[in-house]
Amino acid sequence: MADRTLRGKTAIAGIGETIYYKHGQSPDSEFKLALQAIVKACEDAGISPHEIDGFASYGNDRSDGPRLAAALGVKELKFSNMFWGGGGGGVCGAVGNASAAVATGMADCVVAFRSLAQGQYARYGRSGAAAAVMGDDAFLFPYGVMSPAQRFAMKITRFMHDHGIKQEALRGIALACYHHAQNNPNAVMRGRTLDEEKYDASRWIIEPFHHLYDCCQENDGAAAVIVVPADRAKDLAKKPAYVMACGQGGDHRSAAPVHNMPNYPSSHFGKLAPRVYAMAKMAPTDMGIVQCYENFTGGVLMSLIEHGLVAPEAANEFLVKETLIVEGGRMPLNTSGGNLAECYMHGLELVIESVRQIRGTAINQVKNNDAAIVMGGPMVTPVSSLILGSEATL
Amino acid sequence: MSNFYLPEGLPTPSSGPDGLAAPYWEGTRLGKLRIQKCRGCGAWQWGPEWICHRCHSFDLDWQDIQGKGRIYSYERPHHPVHTALNGHGAYIAVLVELPAYGNIRMVGNLLGDPHQDVPIGAEVEAVFEPHDTANPPYTLVQWRRV
Repeated sequence: MADRTLRGKTAIAGIGETIYYKHGQSPDSEFKLALQAIVKACEDAGISPHEIDGFASYGNDRSDGPRLAAALGVKELKFSNMFWGGGGGGVCGAVGNASAAVATGMADCVVAFRSLAQGQYARYGRSGAAAAVMGDDAFLFPYGVMSPAQRFAMKITRFMHDHGIKQEALRGIALACYHHAQNNPNAVMRGRTLDEEKYDASRWIIEPFHHLYDCCQENDGAAAVIVVPADRAKDLAKKPAYVMACGQGGDHRSAAPVHNMPNYPSSHFGKLAPRVYAMAKMAPTDMGIVQCYENFTGGVLMSLIEHGLVAPEAANEFLVKETLIVEGGRMPLNTSGGNLAECYMHGLELVIESVRQIRGTAINQVKNNDAAIVMGGPMVTPVSSLILGSEATL
Repeated sequence: MSNFYLPEGLPTPSSGPDGLAAPYWEGTRLGKLRIQKCRGCGAWQWGPEWICHRCHSFDLDWQDIQGKGRIYSYERPHHPVHTALNGHGAYIAVLVELPAYGNIRMVGNLLGDPHQDVPIGAEVEAVFEPHDTANPPYTLVQWRRV
């Protein structure tokens, strides 16, 4: 059998983002935002939108591929794909699905995208539940366990309890994200600095471990990346960011109802991360660029640990701002500000920042920029991870 | 003084059109706590499924169990995400594991002071909270320290 891998077969050749807005502030409709991001990504790659032949998204994106194909005048649609599951668990998976289609010849130029205008539809942080709820919700909502933060908080409580990890480790993550956003003109939280005192004094969203600044934003915006065969990417305008590995999934019954997953205190990357490193033929220590989806800082903590980037017994000491910022930090994290401070673009802004880092064009540029890992959607199922690399990693 | 831990107006539970969870909700109306037990392999299962995840038998029984467990995890939400909770203040949700039944877990509220300490591992027992005037009536299962 031929080598069953994505390693080095495709590349991200173009990236596009809209202006990022606080929820409710976009003057443009969600679908128009999707179009803007895709057109920008095409311009970045030097590819006409007519040449796109596939769409991959996640999180039940409302801007469906066939409608986008019609609006953009796509000549022939060859791949139309939606990743099951809620939250941003599919962010890396959508890039992986696009890559799989391109690597196998099902399609030639696939856009992985996310458009999300929470101000125009439902805000994730507010319950829009009906008067009566069924399924899993029936066992949670009547007890006030409704929002994503509330549904995941008890995983974090238990993980922190089991490993003796303190609130300050989560504070370090939040401080690094806000720090990086201050240089980023497209960061919604630019100009809103965060320090230890402000973090400590911020109100509880959920006690323990969820201060206001441990929680992601709610935004309007869209983002897109163009995936093409590796050979083609070499001839395009921008330095390619090669897809070295992607994986998606969950561990044993991680979607079990009413919080009955056997491995409860987990981001659910435990089985996935080794598969992704194996496909990339790389190790955690090779990752100069680390981007981790922040729904909540506790999810970041568990993701970093389950990806072998931090040992649980070292978390309290390691997860401080000084370690996690570009200026001298041992492991710069979320270098554009991430979901916390750039935009909750459902994690796709983390993929785009990884591409900029590999190109060497990031605002907060890291020096060791040959390999990037992106971790998407901790605590949901399925989650997904992506490793991108420069030509040097092939 | 309300007999309910949380204010009225929150979403109410429904067993849904497929009826998968109906035996549970019928049981709570009678003051019984019921979960699934596989007739094929004897595995306890919660939440409800149509099939045993262990042996793949479709022959799942519902058995009355003792509402005794220990706190596996908890959270104390402060920020209201539903209009019914506006102005209510903090409350406690607990995840309770039931060691006598394969360590299955249940979610409920911890009765008492919403600012009380919540020790992981503490023993709790089930308390039924009937909502008799709701349409249709339903009964929640809450937990208190023992």
